[in-house]
Amino acid sequence: MTVLTEIAESLQRGEDDRVGHLVRDAIEQQVPALDILNNALLAGMSVIGEQFRLREIFLPDVLLAARAMYAGLDLLKPLLARDGVPRAGRVVLGSVQGDLHDIGKNLVGIMLEGAGFEVIDLGSDVPAKRFVDAAEAHGASVIGVSALLTTTMPVMKAVVELVRARGLNGRLSVIVGGAPVSDAWAREIGADGYGYDAANAVERVRALVK
Amino acid sequence: MRQRVEWTPDESAPTRAEVLRLQGMRPGERVPAHIDSLLDAATAVYLDLAEPRAIVAEISAGEFAGVYRGEGLNPHETPLEAIYPNADHLALVAATVGARVTVRVRELFLRHDLALGCMLDSIASAAADHLADLLGPRYVSMTTGGASDWRVLAYSPGYCGWHVSGQRALFDFLRPEEIGITLNASCLMQPLKSISGVLVVGPGHIHRFHPTYSFCERCQEKQCRDRMASVLSRC
Repeated sequence: MTVLTEIAESLQRGEDDRVGHLVRDAIEQQVPALDILNNALLAGMSVIGEQFRLREIFLPDVLLAARAMYAGLDLLKPLLARDGVPRAGRVVLGSVQGDLHDIGKNLVGIMLEGAGFEVIDLGSDVPAKRFVDAAEAHGASVIGVSALLTTTMPVMKAVVELVRARGLNGRLSVIVGGAPVSDAWAREIGADGYGYDAANAVERVRALVK
Repeated sequence: MRQRVEWTPDESAPTRAEVLRLQGMRPGERVPAHIDSLLDAATAVYLDLAEPRAIVAEISAGEFAGVYRGEGLNPHETPLEAIYPNADHLALVAATVGARVTVRVRELFLRHDLALGCMLDSIASAAADHLADLLGPRYVSMTTGGASDWRVLAYSPGYCGWHVSGQRALFDFLRPEEIGITLNASCLMQPLKSISGVLVVGPGHIHRFHPTYSFCERCQEKQCRDRMASVLSRC
């Protein structure tokens, strides 16, 4: 078994300490950081994402695996930055103004990082302008907007409208999600996508950045 | 009547089934041992940090009309405006599991202890809802001495057409700052794991409505049906 396979399998078992040790070993063995990222950490998270999608594992399993992923990713980040390795894409993420609920949004962020995206997490209670300002400032290609309350959903529409008003549509996509949100609502407000759960959101973001 | 209520953390703790439901597990699904252990660990943190408390204040229908009107942002028609005038008693309530649990959830996420953080968050969410369930019967018992067939349901700003801006009027009347609950500029309560609303007490049938309002179409939860069933089946 190669060290990369071993890392991927340890990650799937949620063994964060072991993943950290193995990633250190791989770095010392001069395995390129990008290989460790793609063929160990992201490969492991990809299996986890698929198992979760098929309901073979549960949310806590995903989160235990994600913790293991971060144990490796934190070691790789400086190397990836040094090597100028591009990520799968850059996503600005947040819960809308008026909404302090952020667990669902956090899960999407974790799954996106696990799929190789760079995530700029604006937190919760984020006004529409801040989403778009941040996307422009960071050169993001996707804004992910989360809402848990029906009363805060109109802020999603404000984000879409602001993207259009600034002439960014076409190069900046908006994806929406959250308990009260639906595909129909996404279409109604002109959003580019709707993620019904964290795993699905990653698939949608992947499709948007292709 | 205005009363402060406190519970022990243990009294406020939700059922394991409810927490696991929030974790995406279906009723009857086999719970793996490592998830069971995680739930035990998160429960221990919750019991250590929770400070469950509430405030209840009776309000007349006339006074509540003003609170419910709030800032005039409710839709043209809402179910509650047809329900509360038929109530025998109304009381505004706010309850919280306290700030320390939310702080710990954030800390756990920051240090990537995601599974424990998420489990603790689910416990706190379920506990806050559980406080609302505890408050209703307690209020009925306080007003009737327990000898009544009155039913009680809580309605909250942000749901069923009661615009979230209604929180301001509710807070002006109830003043839950006394138990540590504050409102931010977006009308959201802090600590996050808090609930507020009105307890509507009366015969079960007053809570019946058809979920065909303009905002019902967008509601994915449709909890109103279960809520109505819970009071109508006992009439």
